[in-house]
Amino acid sequence: MQAISCRKVCKVFGPAAKPIVALQNINLDIAEGEFVTLVGASGCGKSTLLRALAGLESHSSGEIYASGAPVTGPGIDRAMVFQHYSLFPWLDVLDNIKFTRQIAAHIRERTSAEVEMASGRAQALLQVMGLTDAAHAYPNQLSGGMQQRVAIARALMGRPRILLMDEPFGALDAQTREVMHDLILHVSQLERCTVVFVTHDVEEAIYLGHRVVLMAPRPGRIECEYPVPLPELRAQHMKYTPAFLELKSRIIGQIRATSGIKTDSELLEKLARRSA
Amino acid sequence: MSSPESIGQAPAAPRSVSALGLPPPMRRDHQGLWVIRGSMSSRRYWCLAAIGLALPLVGWFALARFGTVNPVFLPGPAAVARSAIHWLTRGNLLDDTRISIYRVVAGWALSALIALPLGLLIGTYRTIQALLEPLTDFIRYMPAAAFIPLVMLWVGIGESAKIAIIFIGTFFQMVLMMAEDVRRVPMAQIEAAQTMGATRAEILEKVILPSAKPALLDTLRITMGWAWTYLVVAELVAANTGLGYAILKAQRFLETERIFCGIIIIGLIGMAMDQIFRLVHRLAFPWLQTRT
Repeated sequence: MQAISCRKVCKVFGPAAKPIVALQNINLDIAEGEFVTLVGASGCGKSTLLRALAGLESHSSGEIYASGAPVTGPGIDRAMVFQHYSLFPWLDVLDNIKFTRQIAAHIRERTSAEVEMASGRAQALLQVMGLTDAAHAYPNQLSGGMQQRVAIARALMGRPRILLMDEPFGALDAQTREVMHDLILHVSQLERCTVVFVTHDVEEAIYLGHRVVLMAPRPGRIECEYPVPLPELRAQHMKYTPAFLELKSRIIGQIRATSGIKTDSELLEKLARRSA
Repeated sequence: MSSPESIGQAPAAPRSVSALGLPPPMRRDHQGLWVIRGSMSSRRYWCLAAIGLALPLVGWFALARFGTVNPVFLPGPAAVARSAIHWLTRGNLLDDTRISIYRVVAGWALSALIALPLGLLIGTYRTIQALLEPLTDFIRYMPAAAFIPLVMLWVGIGESAKIAIIFIGTFFQMVLMMAEDVRRVPMAQIEAAQTMGATRAEILEKVILPSAKPALLDTLRITMGWAWTYLVVAELVAANTGLGYAILKAQRFLETERIFCGIIIIGLIGMAMDQIFRLVHRLAFPWLQTRT
């Protein structure tokens, strides 16, 4: 069974006379346990697609299935990690992670033995995420990287089968981001969950993904897909291998070709010529 | 697993400046008197605050003593102090104060009790916002004093009439401010809870309310100040006690020092209440001041 499958998904908004097509005919299958990254120029609808998968945004036509069931709204089988401001600042790190245990939807389906296990799970997640010493700190006291670790741990707490990530490391500095990359790879393998990861950073997309899905704007659509020719277990040095670099330049070239960047560079050339 | 970002402590700052033989950057840079949004030691802050409060007092002294102002227009501080003591010993200053505090707090608490759930709903649901916000916007421009005849007609002239005037003056502003506080809860927090399977009731109770609490408490503090400003208006209604009533009565007999006295006492009570709110804010939300 596919973890996620999209059939002819469209999303249109704005006035009927001048509609904006955010998603046009999206067909996408994601296998269980797969790590898929979505890249593309801004306005290509990658975040909209992810939010539609989460059930946070409705689509105009077509079907989305998650674990075989049609998506009609958010569900506990799909957890989401946002770019920022999603932690609850009035709860400390541990209580943020344990937040799902306050939600009836999670308690309903659990036996008491599982609830007992859940408190162990919060501790385990703290440890995996390197947050043990920060368990009783408030989100305000943490760096951006640490905050995102908490957000990931909180999302994983409810044992989702699918983890949706919307540019989760977009606001982090380059060094922290590299650490987070290895961390999320490690954790997603440990948890055996399916990951859909939205980013505008091509290097990040290749390094993390089994498959890179490239989207293009106006109208938002899937342009093409690239299987990543890297071994399952990733390591930082792979970023400098010819296969990696070649794929990176191909994807960047494709993004340039589909976005408005080309006209911008023409404009720059024209300006340079005039001043010369 | 590698974790170069050591937990809970920032990496040591680079020391390139001292390597060049230059002094380390002055931390005091930010503490000048005229730095935009600069910081200030609490001692200096309270010194300046004391000066700010004392200067008008000194000016008042000087004007009353050396000026040529008729004491009927501007009684000196000594006369006002005498009047206060007279009011306290011969009159019923304490009773007046007590009943005024009761009226203000009751009117304010009643409006808070109703405004809080309404504000939560207006700030959360567009439907309720559309139904109630334009209406509230319309009513809040109506002067509370103009409602006095209606209040007398509807609620009579008892204690509840005074409370009703303070309620009318406070409630409509309070609802709108609380709705705005609720709307400021980051969407990402709400969506995070939604993706964790929270129901609407759970989101209201476990995300929106706790997230908006500090702003709501600030709104309560600010509207308490507004409630006090309606006191004199409220005590226009068939009152025979209260600070506002005392001011009105003193006006009739041209007892300017009594008017000064009443105004100053209201100011002092307001300031004390404001400080209590600030203290509660600090104690209730430790997670707000933890950025160090």
